[in-house]
Amino acid sequence: MASRPLDSALPEPRSFASPAAALPGLAAGTAILYLSLVVLIPLAALLWAAVGGGWTEFWDAVRAPDATAALKLTVAVSLIVVVLNAFFGTLLAWVLVRDDFIGKNAVNTLVDLPFALPTIVVGVVLLLLYGSSSPIGVDVSYSRAGIVLALMFETLPFVVRSVQPVLYELDRDMEQAAASLGAAPFTAFRRVIFPNLLPAILSGGGLALAKAIGEFGSVVLISGNIPFQTQVASVLIFGRIESDNQDAAVAVSVVLLVLALSILMLINLVQRWGTRHDH
Amino acid sequence: MITKYALRFTALGYLTMLLLVPVGMIAWKAFENGWAPFWASVTDPDFLTALKLTLEIALIAVPLNTVFGIIIAIMLVRHNVPGKSLINAVLALPFALSPVVVGLCLILAYGQSGWFGADLANAGIDVIFSMPGMVLATMFVSLPFVAREVMPVLREIGTEQEQAAATLGAGQWTTFRRVTLPAIRWGVIYGVILTTARCIGEYGAVAVVSGNVIGQTETMPLLVKRLYEGFDKQGAYAASVVLALIALSTVLLMTMFKPRQEA
Amino acid sequence: MAINALNVTKHFGDFVALDDVSLEIPDGSLTALLGPSGSGKSTLLRVIAGLEKPDTGTVSLGGRDVTSLPAHKRGIGFVFQHYAAFKHMTVAKNIAFGLEIRRRPKSEVKDRVSELIELVHLHGLGDRYPSQLSGGQRQRMALARALAVEPEVLLLDEPFGALDARVRKDLREWLRRLHDEVHVTTVIVTHDQEEAMEVADTVVVMHQGTIQQTGGPRELYEEPVNQFVMGFVGPVSTLGDAMVRPHDVEIRHAENGTTLAAKVERVVYLGWEVRVNLRLESGEMLVAQLTREEADALAVEAGQAVFVRPRKVRRWSEGDGKPDVVSAQPH
Repeated sequence: MASRPLDSALPEPRSFASPAAALPGLAAGTAILYLSLVVLIPLAALLWAAVGGGWTEFWDAVRAPDATAALKLTVAVSLIVVVLNAFFGTLLAWVLVRDDFIGKNAVNTLVDLPFALPTIVVGVVLLLLYGSSSPIGVDVSYSRAGIVLALMFETLPFVVRSVQPVLYELDRDMEQAAASLGAAPFTAFRRVIFPNLLPAILSGGGLALAKAIGEFGSVVLISGNIPFQTQVASVLIFGRIESDNQDAAVAVSVVLLVLALSILMLINLVQRWGTRHDH
Repeated sequence: MITKYALRFTALGYLTMLLLVPVGMIAWKAFENGWAPFWASVTDPDFLTALKLTLEIALIAVPLNTVFGIIIAIMLVRHNVPGKSLINAVLALPFALSPVVVGLCLILAYGQSGWFGADLANAGIDVIFSMPGMVLATMFVSLPFVAREVMPVLREIGTEQEQAAATLGAGQWTTFRRVTLPAIRWGVIYGVILTTARCIGEYGAVAVVSGNVIGQTETMPLLVKRLYEGFDKQGAYAASVVLALIALSTVLLMTMFKPRQEA
Repeated sequence: MAINALNVTKHFGDFVALDDVSLEIPDGSLTALLGPSGSGKSTLLRVIAGLEKPDTGTVSLGGRDVTSLPAHKRGIGFVFQHYAAFKHMTVAKNIAFGLEIRRRPKSEVKDRVSELIELVHLHGLGDRYPSQLSGGQRQRMALARALAVEPEVLLLDEPFGALDARVRKDLREWLRRLHDEVHVTTVIVTHDQEEAMEVADTVVVMHQGTIQQTGGPRELYEEPVNQFVMGFVGPVSTLGDAMVRPHDVEIRHAENGTTLAAKVERVVYLGWEVRVNLRLESGEMLVAQLTREEADALAVEAGQAVFVRPRKVRRWSEGDGKPDVVSAQPH
């Protein structure tokens, strides 16, 4: 995924009316129809199913013990993963922009791998090294640590790709000014560089959080789906669908949808905040 | 400077232990017992059917998402359409929404007891638990890539060229074909690469809508899961290697065609 | 604090930015490093600042060898061409930066910042952000920020290059007045010879990584040691193998044995002076500069045939670039 999809979760286009590239109404109409069939109608169906059964029934389904446990676990684990990958992601971005070594280009390319590798393969692959027949004796299968591991793999590129362009464009003069004013390298990082990276870290982290909360394929093999212990929300929903318990599935899904939309809104706000000092 | 080497070592070490070694091991494991078992797995009928199905779905979803992606991008950047924020939100959603929820939404809309369930049944069309459903699910999750790659390019090139074409007598379609499309082609290509990768690799959404009928609604990712849990680990590893190779090619193509963001 | 650079060499790949440069800058002076792009002037400044490491050579500040000392330990003030403002901090916070990282007490910091804001005429703008200031205001902020920690040396790298002509002139004068008040050893890098001549006590002319000449403005103008310096520091016309300044070209309507025949191509009236573009029989172009009175008295017009007499030329012999000065006899 390019860093452009991560630049703004909600893109902000301006409109330039251009006579020559004007869209025939037919094209626009078909596009709207397409979006409706693929996205809008299904989403509406979800919301309808959620409120259709009544508000109380909805909340009861959400507050079912295993649902609550799954949601709590999901959010907690996702937050931990995001904080960890915010750190490692910034570190990786730093090394990729400021350092130089043989194979740097290859490393830069590989950072995109989690975007391209199917999630189920990620699960298989991680279990090889960190599962029950681990050659290094580390076994995280059927544990929360396993979930953290899978999510860290899946969310690795987000902060890296979000921070990289900002770091690349950062005015080196500011750092040199800080040095000329007496700031040692770490002080300069803390007071000058980091504040300017923070918006990018936050928006990359936000996207990582959304991905982690909803992640399914990479977690489903590793976690073992033990209710109240290693069952995340997405796996709970899947189980409910398979056992034809649609109401519970719908309720928890709506919670995830609301979380996703809220995170997207927050990311948008962060980006506005981040560009407030640009002239 | 020790700091420089410490940073480099930590960053690369993290990447190695999380990414490189695990992915490298899949190749080792797949060929652990030689070429023959691997070959047996990839020539297995189920494997070939799954591969065919995966590619068929991609072959439908990618062109559709490309065409509509370009249209949507033009709509949002060049025109004042009502509901812009809504469309923007729709474009951002597939990045943030759980694939399982996507699948559920589709079932609720087009499943047997869904909104259109009765109408579809009467028309004899099966959506959920069959190919159209899987295509829909794949299209949902891979929807935004082309649009989001094309939009910044459209913004950057501006309308001047298109206006010049108009003054020279070019009509809408001609302008699009001869001026706009060539200008956005690298954005489109990059978007197509991302879309294809996502289509081939999607698991969660397709798992929910497919019903997992072996030989009919099983894509490659679904095959991997079934083989792994069914204790044909060798088969799972073989399929994983194939998917990983596709992913690596994708990532290489991404690097080659990446728009000049670090210019 | 005096600055002493000795035998400094710096390469960027194959490019020689500084070639065995040695320079002494006295304490309390205002020196300009003047030269075209690529002359090495910025590199030399940054080597003094510690923002670049020289390949060979030493740098001393106040007699102390600082060559291996990193920039943040040298106690210098640096002002950048594009301000290098901390865009995420207010004006006041920018100025306070150096003091805050030295952990000065809050009240001291507050007082000093107010003092400096007044000094650089940014009164009332302390809570603004750099993006809300004009270019000239940002640069004044940058200066205040550099001065806040009372550096012994102040280095400015083309500080007015990004500003409008009018603002540039104002800030130039303002910098000179500031220096007269504060007396910090100051070095300013510029490619604008007028700026260098106007602001500095001493001008160091640089070209292709070496120092061509060091001296006061008048000395450089009237006694340039080579063609490059003469051509860079003021306007010149070439007459064969000699160079002549426009105001040393006399225009006459009558021959007198030492004159050359010329045709007036264009008369440019600049208000405060008049420039006459002349073409000699040999095809060479000559520029003469006259006062308004002289021009009126002569009544020169485009297309006229006139006679010119260079009062003073500098002739350069081949090889060593050193001048043989030839003054024509005054008439």
